[in-house]
Amino acid sequence: MTCREVVELMTDYLDGFLSPADRARFEDHIHGCDGCRAYLAQLRTARSLIGRAADEPVPEPLKAELMNAFRSWKSS
Amino acid sequence: MSIVLFSSRTPWPEEPSTYPGPRVVREPTDPDLEALRSKDEAAFEALIGRYHGPMMRLAMTYLRDRGAAEDAVQETWLTCLKTLDRFEGRSSLKTWIFGILLNVARSRRRKESRILPFTSLFRREGGDDRGPTVDPRRFGKDGMWSTPPDSWSNVPETRLLDRETGEKVKAAIEQLPSKQREVVILRDVAGFEADEVCALLSISQANQRVRLHRGRASVRKTLEEYLR
Repeated sequence: MTCREVVELMTDYLDGFLSPADRARFEDHIHGCDGCRAYLAQLRTARSLIGRAADEPVPEPLKAELMNAFRSWKSS
Repeated sequence: MSIVLFSSRTPWPEEPSTYPGPRVVREPTDPDLEALRSKDEAAFEALIGRYHGPMMRLAMTYLRDRGAAEDAVQETWLTCLKTLDRFEGRSSLKTWIFGILLNVARSRRRKESRILPFTSLFRREGGDDRGPTVDPRRFGKDGMWSTPPDSWSNVPETRLLDRETGEKVKAAIEQLPSKQREVVILRDVAGFEADEVCALLSISQANQRVRLHRGRASVRKTLEEYLR
């Protein structure tokens, strides 16, 4: 496997979608390749930073409206 | 009434049975669903707080601005409350909620598209799902790195986690072609599994994987340029 091929398999690797044989070849390559290890680490970092986009408070006016709607639903 | 458990006669050849016995079909207990059904106000408040970020990101994939996205999120919750008694638990509560959001946001986009110029809504709609995700010039003729990526291990964590980096990442997500964006948001922001995303978007596993990979690779590239 070349680096150019390995970088395109990284999401499949992280998701566990590689066949056992491909996974072994992938890991063999990664162990001996600083560049691909760095790239994989960067993809992992990107994934977890994307996850941080989930942190967003509900604006107070929207929350108030939703809680009012919930209360009238509750009493209906 | 007596029940015969053992009979002296074996009506079938004695072989290990492959019949696993009656399956007890029980709805998996989802604490959020239970709480909603019992009209627990605090649980509802926690739920809207937990899903607000992912829902806003997803709604903004379809709609023009934050205000429109917020309206879609609001309509989604109202629809959830209105139709909760019809929810049969065939999917998880979370999948059900995001499925409603997708419907709401898509139908609102159709209405918007009647009043907005076409190009402003469908920019990058096609996206590119082909070609390498890393600039080919970074590899030599042998396919090995000629310009390898730097390790980010010396980037201080405070920098990775600061507000400015967060804004860069959000902007990078918003720049993605919409088909990649919805997959990245559902997988990495909302935390759905691959098969749940395939079901929500009616796409194949292969499609899901390609879009996710390309989306993450673009965000990585933005970060690489920013952190250089």
